[in-house]
Amino acid sequence: MAKKTYSFYPGCSSQTKASSDNYLKSTNSMCKYLDIELKEIPDWNCCGASIGYAEGGELPRITLSARNMALSEQHNPGMDLVATCAACWLSTREAKERIAHSAQTLTEANTALAEAGLTYKGNQAARHMAEVLVEDFGFDELKRGVKKPLQGIKFAGYVGCQTNRPFGLAGESFENPKYLDNLVEAMGGEAVPYDQKVTCCGGALAFSEPEKSQKQIKDIIESAYDHGAEMIVTPCPLCQANVEIYQGEVNKRFGTKFNIPVTYYSQLITVAYGGTAAEAALDGQLIRATRLEEIAKK
Amino acid sequence: MSENYRNNFLKEVEERVEEGHWVKMCMQCGVCAGSCPLGPHWAHPPQEIFMMIRAGKREEVLTSDSMWMCTSCYNCVVRCPRKLPITHIMHGLANLAYRLGLSPKNQTTQKFASMFWNNLAQTGRVNELKLSLGMYFKDGFAQGIKNAMAMQSVGLGMVKAKRLNPMELFGGHGIKDKSGFHAMLKKAREIEDRRKNFA
Ligand code: SF4
Ligand code: SF4
Ligand code: SF4
Ligand code: SF4
Repeated sequence: MAKKTYSFYPGCSSQTKASSDNYLKSTNSMCKYLDIELKEIPDWNCCGASIGYAEGGELPRITLSARNMALSEQHNPGMDLVATCAACWLSTREAKERIAHSAQTLTEANTALAEAGLTYKGNQAARHMAEVLVEDFGFDELKRGVKKPLQGIKFAGYVGCQTNRPFGLAGESFENPKYLDNLVEAMGGEAVPYDQKVTCCGGALAFSEPEKSQKQIKDIIESAYDHGAEMIVTPCPLCQANVEIYQGEVNKRFGTKFNIPVTYYSQLITVAYGGTAAEAALDGQLIRATRLEEIAKK
Repeated sequence: MSENYRNNFLKEVEERVEEGHWVKMCMQCGVCAGSCPLGPHWAHPPQEIFMMIRAGKREEVLTSDSMWMCTSCYNCVVRCPRKLPITHIMHGLANLAYRLGLSPKNQTTQKFASMFWNNLAQTGRVNELKLSLGMYFKDGFAQGIKNAMAMQSVGLGMVKAKRLNPMELFGGHGIKDKSGFHAMLKKAREIEDRRKNFA
């Protein structure tokens, strides 16, 4: 297949030495194997995520995303904009739709952008990396690159909220999206069915309201265990962080003994394609994904 | 300015709340009320809030901490038979309450949301370490130490896994065109304030 090029929006959490550093590293490795070139949007800014609302309000938030899209249109013309973070993707796509539906919002956003010497035109699609894999490659094509199938590993594919709602991937249901399971199976792993696949992990409230939201994380992990999973895999940096780093806290609160690795699809793909543990950034896990490490070593 | 709205809260919501013009479309079916992940902690679930808005219960709605329980999970949005953008209405109501100084004092999500925004507005990108330290110390120094101790295992783990950079405290990530960025946000805020009668 010919090389594919995308305009890349990594997002704050995926910057070097930020909380999803391992997502960025493994995405870069995965893209190398798939012959994808990611052209980073020069000087991109944070999208404000969902939690920016209290202080940020409406237009400032839309303008944040419009700035990224304007920079992308200007510097990476003719490409689709691709985000790896679910929240980044959602904010960008939402801003794009709001502007498309309202001439007033377009004028207002561009008036603000003019202060930074930019103009938003709206001529690029805003996509999530999972869409690129599923739609521009497809599972058969993805399967072709597998050198080391993830045989015998049982994964709980945790889709969560924002890669699933309100947009989701084309053709998927909100209650039981299949693409993540299909990705796992394409890499030779086993995707276990479980009932908390699209449960919200609490999002930003995992941090600001830990007492109230840790039950969400407990329910997700418990169900994954109950259905035989030995590893969780997600497409979202906040899901990953919430479900991985709070396990100790959840154990204290609920008397559980959780210790389940939480990985990204990009790490699975990198390992299955023959990448090293370093390329898959497995050293970035707080709870080591030993089964993946073993396969990477083989 | 707010005086003009006293007798017509629905009108105020339509003019000043993000996607507020949708509220009148709610048919009170109750589907959204069972959708919130933190449901038990909402004094008034979205359905009830929409009813209260129409009943003109301005103080009760704006001083409630319900909207601050929204995790932005979009369960409600995909289920609502009338397709109300409930998530954004909740955010918009929370924003209005905060702008009017009516939101509950010491509401942690509100504090976090403000910190998050101020953090990104400064440098253009979020500095995760400053953000988390800010959150630990929001209740004062002593409580901050306690909170930080409680989360120490998490924090140290993140540093060891090279996923938190302590150097961020002294600068860290940021964009280059800060002056353009600041001017842009200032302008966006001006326009919004004028449109929503905050100016
Ligand atoms: S969603 Fe989070 S990580 Fe992604 S850019 Fe926005 S704030 Fe930064
Ligand atoms: S599952 Fe959690 S992190 Fe993922 S989108 Fe939902 S709230 Fe955000
Ligand atoms: S997005 Fe907010 S209002 Fe809607 S179901 Fe989730 S928590 Fe409730
Ligand atoms: S689901 Fe929609 S129509 Fe039904 S009560 Fe909620 S907002 Fe109203």
